[in-house]
Amino acid sequence: MFKIKTVLLVLLTLLFIAGCASKQVKPNGDTSSSSSDNKTGTSVSIEDSEGATSAGLNDDADIVLDELDDPASDLFIRTIYFDYDSSNIRDDSIIVVRGHGKYLSENTQRVLRLEGHADERGTREYNLALGEERAKSVKEIMIIEGATAQQIEVVSFGEERPAVEGEDDESLKLNRRVEIVY
Amino acid sequence: MKKTYQSIFLLCFLNINVAQALLEIEVNKGIESAMPIAILPIKSGSAQQAALLESVVYSNLYRSGLFAMTDKKQHPQTQVTNTDIHYDVWRNLGVEALVSMSFQDHEGEQLKLQIELYDLVRKRRVIGRSIMFEKTILRRVAHKISDVIFEQLTGIRGAFSTRIAYISETVDQQSDKSYQLLVADSDGYNPKAIFTSSKQLMSPSWSPDGKKLTYVSFENDRAEIFLQDVVSGERSIISNQPGINSAPAWSPSGDYLALTLSFSGSPDIYIMDMRSKKLRQLTTHYGIDTEPSWTPDGRYLLFTSNRSGSPQIYKVPALGGEPVRITFSGNYNAAAAVSPDGEYVAMVHNSGDGFRIALTDINGNQFRLVTDGVLDEAPSFAPNSSMIIYSTRHRKGIILSAVSVDGKVKQRLSLQKGKVREPAWSPFK
Repeated sequence: MFKIKTVLLVLLTLLFIAGCASKQVKPNGDTSSSSSDNKTGTSVSIEDSEGATSAGLNDDADIVLDELDDPASDLFIRTIYFDYDSSNIRDDSIIVVRGHGKYLSENTQRVLRLEGHADERGTREYNLALGEERAKSVKEIMIIEGATAQQIEVVSFGEERPAVEGEDDESLKLNRRVEIVY
Repeated sequence: MKKTYQSIFLLCFLNINVAQALLEIEVNKGIESAMPIAILPIKSGSAQQAALLESVVYSNLYRSGLFAMTDKKQHPQTQVTNTDIHYDVWRNLGVEALVSMSFQDHEGEQLKLQIELYDLVRKRRVIGRSIMFEKTILRRVAHKISDVIFEQLTGIRGAFSTRIAYISETVDQQSDKSYQLLVADSDGYNPKAIFTSSKQLMSPSWSPDGKKLTYVSFENDRAEIFLQDVVSGERSIISNQPGINSAPAWSPSGDYLALTLSFSGSPDIYIMDMRSKKLRQLTTHYGIDTEPSWTPDGRYLLFTSNRSGSPQIYKVPALGGEPVRITFSGNYNAAAAVSPDGEYVAMVHNSGDGFRIALTDINGNQFRLVTDGVLDEAPSFAPNSSMIIYSTRHRKGIILSAVSVDGKVKQRLSLQKGKVREPAWSPFK
């Protein structure tokens, strides 16, 4: 049982990294297409003479050295855990949340989604509201760190999408969470 | 000892007749003062039809906990008529009422059934009726007959003909989850999925005419409220504001829907006019306000709020006003449901040893627990206010149970696989 969980976790992590990596490609593609727009914009009145050709370097794209996927960085931590029936950010999580907020403020093109969750204890509707309160607590701190509300989407799944199935304290602990999804 | 015997007997009875049913019934506990009654074996009609009719009426009356069924072997007569019934012989056995049913005509698609009920104490026939029906609706007819007998003997309107909506979660061989909104008969038979999704479903709520259901669906990866016609299956979206859209609850008149929305910053209770779809905000606290439930006169709503620090039940006038806290026992009181007769409030309660169903009066007084599980949730009253159905954890998973308002009678309706939860008992038709 434990082995299956571990394998799943590793697989999920790999998938997650792969997902992030593929998203990285997009901004570069966008930048290069906009620099070719620039070319037509500035040189539109001058037609190339016969036999002469001009070309741009087309290498104006920003080279971003992203720290988001550095396993040694706090930014690599994407799950914030909570106490029972609480939406207070715990002391052991505050640095992580602040780090993501600071990252957003420095990378204004970045957006993320905060997915709030609850454990199975208590009523489903209350837990749906609790999941949202948790995600909003995380959002508030990120905004204090300079992120903008437009960069952060909040959604709650209550107790409907547990990270792990199980009734023991350890499972419940892992299910009371906010997932940070870039 | 006698009760155990009856439980086993009943289970065998049901298994023979309905192999396809997803739910089964077990009666855990009976009442000492149950009225002894006899149901005569049906001698006419096809054996299959007779057995179905007999078993449905038998199990309905038995599982109410209000009746003790007399063993067939002790019956002094196997058939009776108004003129040859031996009242004294039956009374000497201690039996107080006698049910006699017979098919008058059972050829073709139409059935004709005669039903008689004898009051053995007053020595007279109190019901003598016949009914013609298509044989495909035999089970529904059996529920209707149960209602008539139940009302005659108890003075309480029978709710056997009503239905239960609930959510199921199943996992297939590829570990993919499937969620269904189902509607079944009050005894759990004839379950029909009216909506199936790969995403989560929550919070079914019946319209007061019993024709529509509202519920929360995550089909767009967020909580949104949908409305579905139970008969035609037609569905439409009711609320998809930013934030959560959840906890729909119809007003008793059917003109309004109370719901929880969080677009203004925190989850609050709103009232939607079902004709104009216009919204009116009812609560404004920065904490969590959710799970609205109307009083039967439509003048008040109860809801759950954590404004005091822990979830508690509050009462607020439907037209607006200051909410008043009504629960003070325990650190968790949520998901209040008001009984249709306005006598009781059922809720999910925790004092530290598990989530259980508790009952109070409408003002939160006379608190008492009626269940003893570890994770009992989603209480919903039968339309005659006699029973509360709820979900509970069981060795088989999450199942549905029902308990009488006095806590003395318990039934279990257990799905054979997966999880079933959030039962909503339909209104009377």
